[in-house]
Parts: sequence; C-alpha cells; structure tokens
Amino acid sequence: MAVDARSYLPEGLPQPTAAVDGLGAEFWEAANRHELVVQRCNDCSEFQWGPEWICHQCHSYNLGYTGVSGRGRIFSWERVWHPVHPALKDGTPYLVVLVELPDAGNVRMVGNLLGEPTQDVVIGAEVEAVFEDHGEGDEAYALVQWRTLD
Amino acid sequence: MAEELTMRGKTAIAGIGETTYYRHGQSPDPEFRLVLDAIQRAATDAGIDVRDIDGFASYSNDRNDPPRLAAALGTKDLTFSNMVWGGGGGGGSGAVANAIAAVIAGYSKYVVVYRGLAQGQFGRFGQGAQAPTAPGGMAFTAPYGLMSPAQSFAMRIRRFMYEHGAEQNALRAISLASYQHAQHNPRAVMHGRALTAEMYDHSRMIVEPFHLFDCCQENDGAAALIVTSAERARDLPQKPVYVLSAAQGSDYRQAATAHNSPDYATSNFKTLAPRLYAMAGVGPGEVDVLQSYENFTGGVLMSIVEHGFCDPDGVNELFTLENFSAPAGKLPLNTSGGNLAECYMHGLELVHEAARQVRGTSTCQVPDVNVSMVTSGPMVQPVSDLILAGDTGAD
Repeated sequence: MAVDARSYLPEGLPQPTAAVDGLGAEFWEAANRHELVVQRCNDCSEFQWGPEWICHQCHSYNLGYTGVSGRGRIFSWERVWHPVHPALKDGTPYLVVLVELPDAGNVRMVGNLLGEPTQDVVIGAEVEAVFEDHGEGDEAYALVQWRTLD
Repeated sequence: MAEELTMRGKTAIAGIGETTYYRHGQSPDPEFRLVLDAIQRAATDAGIDVRDIDGFASYSNDRNDPPRLAAALGTKDLTFSNMVWGGGGGGGSGAVANAIAAVIAGYSKYVVVYRGLAQGQFGRFGQGAQAPTAPGGMAFTAPYGLMSPAQSFAMRIRRFMYEHGAEQNALRAISLASYQHAQHNPRAVMHGRALTAEMYDHSRMIVEPFHLFDCCQENDGAAALIVTSAERARDLPQKPVYVLSAAQGSDYRQAATAHNSPDYATSNFKTLAPRLYAMAGVGPGEVDVLQSYENFTGGVLMSIVEHGFCDPDGVNELFTLENFSAPAGKLPLNTSGGNLAECYMHGLELVHEAARQVRGTSTCQVPDVNVSMVTSGPMVQPVSDLILAGDTGAD
C-alpha cells in the first residue's frame, strides 16, 4: 500500500476519531501506522465493518482487528459539486467512492478516488488503498484513500 | 379471527391542519408556536376541543415535546407521549401507526400526530457537520467529504441505476410531477414557480446523479393530524379517512455503518411493503393515488419499485410525467407537490394530502379515490407506510 503526502481534499474537514465509548480506535491507530485493518470475529471468523461491540453473526464479544490487503473494487461512487462545509467552498468537484474488499468478506469502505475529479468512474474497477497523512504529533491521523489500478 | 388481530378499518384520520409553509428561515414565528397553531387547526378541522386531544405522537426527534404541548394547550389528561426513533422522515407514517395503536389499545381517544420545523431558529439538514472532529460512524465518511443526506443517498441510487439501467429521465419525471402538481396548490412554497424539463436538465448538480431539483426543499412550518376510532370519526363533521394499515420497518442490518448494509441499492421497504399490503388487504394494483416521500428523487424511484408498482428493470417505462400526473396518470404521484415543491414538512404534508385525496378535496384531485397510500422516508432506518381508504368494505 502506498502513501500520498498530498491531501486530496482541502484541509479543515473534521478529524476522524474513535466513538466516545472507544469503538473503532484500533482502526485509526492502525491507519496511522499505514496498516489497513477491519474487524473480525475471533470465534466465527466473520468480517464486520463498520465496527460494533458484538459480532452480528454469532453474538460473540470476542472481536479483533485483522490486516487486509488494501485491494478492492469500486461498488458505487459519486461526484460532489455542491460544497456543504466551509473547507470545501473551493474544493469541488471531488469524487467519493464506496469500495468493497473481496479479501474481507466484501465489507465496504468510503474514501476519495485519487486523480482527476472529472475522470470517468467505473463500477467494478480495481482499486488499492493509499494512506494520506494529516496533522502532527498527538493530532496526527491518516485517511484511507483509493487509487485505480491499471 | 385474523381481522381481530389487525388495525384494518378500526381508526380514522378525523382532522388535518397546517400552518403557512415558509421557505427555510422565513417563519415569523418560533417553532413551538407553529406546532401549537397546526394542532389547533387540526382540532378545529376535526370538530373537537383541542383540550380533548389526549395523545401526542411525533418522529425524527421533534423538539416540541408532549409535556410542554399539553401544559400549553391545557390537555385534561395526557395519556400517550410518543416518539418514533430514527432520523429523516422515516417515522412519518410510523407516528400515525403509533397513534393508531394507542387508540386501539384504549390508551387514548384523540391522538395528534405532529411535526414542526423552523430551520432559521434551529439548524439546517443540508449542511455538513461543522465540528472539528467526526467520532464513531461519522469518522468513516465525513473526513472524505461525505457529510450531507444528499451525499449519503446518492451512493445508493447510483448503485441501483447501475444494477437496473435506470436513467436520469426517470428521476426527472418524479421532480416534474411534484412541481406540476404544486402549481395547482396555493399552500405550496413552489406555487407559481413552474419547472420544465429544460430547466431541470440545465440546473446545477448537487451530487451526481442529483440535480438541484432532485433534492427536497428545507422549510419552516408545522403540520398536525388527529387520529381517533372509526366510531368516533363517524360522529365528527369530516368524512372519515379510514386507516387500512400503517407500519414501520427496516430490512436486515440496514443501519450498518460506513455504508455496509448487506442489501445496499434499496429504499429499505422490501420487508415492510408486503406486511403493509397484507394487513390492508389490498395490493399495488388497487392503489388509486400515491404520496411517496422525496428526500431525493432516487429514493422515490426505489420506493415505487419496492412497493410493487413496477419491476426494478422497468422504471424507464413507468417513470414519465404523464404516468405520474393527476388526475389521469397511471400512478398519480405526490399530488400536492410533496417535499420537493409543496413543503418539506418532513413528509407529514404527504399524509395530509393522502387524506385530502380520500376526502375529495385535493387541489389535484384524482377521481373516485378509495385507496390512498403514503410511503415515508426511503433509505433511512426505520421507514414507514400508510394506506388510507374512504370505504373499508365493511358492512
């Protein structure tokens, strides 16, 4: 998986954090290390995303996070033209993709599709995860973005 | 025996009322006063003393709570204080269903279902989160610029259009029908603001595939309606609008975060619609007129499919302005202008319009309406539905 130093969207959007009860913290800690993980049940092996305190399949609380390849397929997409946040005032259009991960039970992740925002987007196209670093020190976090594979 | 277990025909909508509908931020009155006004108008329409309303039901975390309303109105005995959980307008018909349940259970005699919105006094829905952090589920979307309802739902409808070959003109037909009907409705905020196909095609994009006119308005106002037993309704001045069925529902894990509902390209009516029809004892072929909640046109498209009006691969044929136009279209749709062009009263105005169609008082009246249906809140969790009728078929 690659790292891209540039930010796809303008700075100033909300910083991702775990839920107030701590759910999801492992994902963001792993992203900071440039590792892509999803939740997986230690008892029944079901993949689960987004994170929850219980396995939806077997109801075990014994859940962990497991590394995945970062290869995915575009499941759906949208091109945003109207900014709904001050930071995006001069930042449109941009592309948001919904990516399914075949090696993680086809769970899905939302991210931006890197490259020209007016490019043609093809549902089913192969993509790979790219880490995008933000902030410094205690404020550092990494977003998981996506790049099409040729 | 089965008849005893259902709500079919046991209750009716006896009164409806609403304030003036305003563009967002334009109400001269605070939200609470708007709600009081709508409730008083509904009571007057029903021919009852507003103090005799004993139950209150709302949805979408309405800010105007029943204890305060009851104190303000001098409610003699508050028997039912109720809220449908969940966001958006998915609880619109569900709040009516709860009101019905309270009447049938014997808790309450007259339950008011209400919704108030003053988006100048409070915040708007169409803006992204402005906080410096996005915790929990929002963390997986907001930092990527996926923040508004339009952006959340465009992703689902894009997938549906891909799977079933639905075209942009299918979405356009929904918008054109709402605006056409609003031109006959003096209550409508978009009355006097006709929309043409050319205007739609050239309107700015909000988020593909939604143009500006695929998106609901945001408005100020309030609406209220009175549910009571069928017997009491028959003694009141208005023609009773009987409820054949009303229910809420949500398909398997539809609220899974980060866009992970297993069935994705859906309005979330697949489990509810069959239950609704079975309880009502009618099918889609008997529905005379439909009010289908438009947060965005794509949600209407999937709602109509999932309620059995057409095959998922057949939307391009059914979805034309001619088919959706009152009075003579194949499926007259959103005949007041709905959320797009009458008022975004979170879909409660759609229930009012469905009742008017049964009474015969719509500004776009469909002839000889018996079965009048409402679908509330596509793509949220839960969603809800309502089937009304002028004649229950009972002796």
